[in-house]
Amino acid sequence: MYRLAPSPSARARIGAVAIAALACLASPAHAGKTLDGIKSRGQLACGVSTGVIGFAAADSQGQWRGLDVDVCRALAAAVLGDANKVRWVPLSAQQRFTALQSGEVDILSRNTTWSLTRDAALGLHFAGVTYYDGQGFMVAKKSKVSSAKQLKNAEICVQSGTTTEKNMSDYFRAQGIKVKPVVFDKFEPSIKAFFSGRCQAYTTDASALAFIRAKEAPNPDDYTVLPEIISKEPLAPAVRRGDDEWFAIVKWTVNALIEAEELGITQARVDGLKASPDPAIQRFLGVGEDLGKSLGLDRDWAARAVKAVGNYGEIFNRNVGADSPLKLPRGLNALWNKGGILYAQPLR
Amino acid sequence: MAPRHTARLAQALILAAFLGLAALLATTTAEHLAQRGIRSGFDFLLEPAGFALGESLLAFEPEDSTLRAFAAGLANTLRVALPGVGLALAVGILTGFARMGDNPLLRGLASAAIDVFRNVPLLLQLLAWYFILTDLLPAADAALRLGPGVYLSKSGLALPWWGEQGFETPEIAGFGIEGGARLTPEYLAMLLGLVLYSAAYIAETLRAAVEALPPGQRLAALAMGMTPRQAFLLVLLPQAWRAALPPVTSQLLNLFKNASLAVAIGYPDLVSVAGTSLNQTGRAIECLSIVIAVYLLLSLAAAALSRHLEARNLRGGHE
Repeated sequence: MYRLAPSPSARARIGAVAIAALACLASPAHAGKTLDGIKSRGQLACGVSTGVIGFAAADSQGQWRGLDVDVCRALAAAVLGDANKVRWVPLSAQQRFTALQSGEVDILSRNTTWSLTRDAALGLHFAGVTYYDGQGFMVAKKSKVSSAKQLKNAEICVQSGTTTEKNMSDYFRAQGIKVKPVVFDKFEPSIKAFFSGRCQAYTTDASALAFIRAKEAPNPDDYTVLPEIISKEPLAPAVRRGDDEWFAIVKWTVNALIEAEELGITQARVDGLKASPDPAIQRFLGVGEDLGKSLGLDRDWAARAVKAVGNYGEIFNRNVGADSPLKLPRGLNALWNKGGILYAQPLR
Repeated sequence: MAPRHTARLAQALILAAFLGLAALLATTTAEHLAQRGIRSGFDFLLEPAGFALGESLLAFEPEDSTLRAFAAGLANTLRVALPGVGLALAVGILTGFARMGDNPLLRGLASAAIDVFRNVPLLLQLLAWYFILTDLLPAADAALRLGPGVYLSKSGLALPWWGEQGFETPEIAGFGIEGGARLTPEYLAMLLGLVLYSAAYIAETLRAAVEALPPGQRLAALAMGMTPRQAFLLVLLPQAWRAALPPVTSQLLNLFKNASLAVAIGYPDLVSVAGTSLNQTGRAIECLSIVIAVYLLLSLAAAALSRHLEARNLRGGHE
């Protein structure tokens, strides 16, 4: 008695579903080059995190700020001539690769670790490291733990959707220690659980630990970050495969920001330096040679990028370094000739 | 052709078109993934998972395969959903009785509880239970001792149980409590949240079913000389139960599906494991389709079971 023939309206609905399904099957748009798309839209679609202070977070006025954000702003300045022509697409860790693969964003600038699997299997290219990070641990001082090796049988709170869980498991396996991860999908519950005392330790990238201790802890002095850095996390912006021209533009814009610091080109001095006799500076600013042409851009692209956001050192200090609440040391992220490992390929 | 045959033919055509579309969707997706240089396939299931699970009914180590991680996640889902179904049914029936009973205090309490638990989104309830448990309970080294070897603390409820060294009694040691069995705050909050939420719906369903009976049933039973209690238990309830069974089983099925919210409060269920695997491997479509398939299969199996129960219940008639 419950088996009824489909009513006319049900049939209409089935038809509508079929049409919708067919529409989904239509081929992906081969709109040609990413750059053409950006220019015709007049906007760069930039995938950022949903909120990591120092890297990408909207401030009280709704302005996106951070190191990852400035990479996109520099790129928009280089490509479109206006650092504000960016559409910000906040992406969760699970969404990020799909959003890039499907063309929803032109660039993923979202504290994403460059690793073999991601590089080789996800249909994307990483365009140069913008921040060298590493995973660490935070514990309550009263636990008297001073090394990660003392965390035997500890419960460790962690946010899912990163390389963090695997690094942690690798590290403790190598140490022959067992720990129990407590995995949350959202950031807030994960730190709330840690600060309520549910877990004996919290793990994530060291840059984020500094932020969490400074800004989220009920009393920062009750917590300490352990000395062990258990992984290499080179954070890098990524682009889709299949568009080498766009890949080159992103790669060289990142390079240009680092090179600018090396050459001493700052946001304030960029215009004045056009009169500089130094050939490297002249090339960078497009006074003599036109480097932009080989990238499909104009000769002022690099100058505009630096004028918009400053050189790498300025970006670092403003967002995560000395002039920011995070006060992270330059460390590995200093230039190669200043004790760090940042080394821009030459712009020539 | 007889109209019946036309209908059959139409159904067959629709089915064929649907299957064709599904196949087209699958092949087009695979083709596009390949075009974009994205590796796809289910081969990753046999590779080592590389991540650990905080708690697992099924023994699981990081060097085990991803497939086993999914199985362990599923076991964890069932570990909370199956006891949840039994408890929700029991609590729901008791609350329903209290709601319909003569005692005004019980009736008021039951009614208030039903209103609260039915009208607050389940995710918020789960987070609230979780943070109540982790905020209010003492740290593991100052655990509440509820009985010999029974401790309650931020690391959960520890109970004497059979472990690696035979029957173990939990003891306070190192970072927490070791030995015996442990129900973590994540598990307890999940169970509590799911049971109370579903029980509120079951209680209301039961009341609706009883109140939908013709009033003559109760009056006739009383006229036969039954006490009000006898009339309720022997005449009203058996009839109401038959009407209530389909919505109640559907509510229990919902409990099972709602268990997928577990990752919000750190319980390593199937969805949590799939999320982690997705991030390690980047196989979004594969990981999600496994979760969908598992939920669909289990829900269909449960639905078949409940239909079987309903059919038997209807056949049984008055005994």
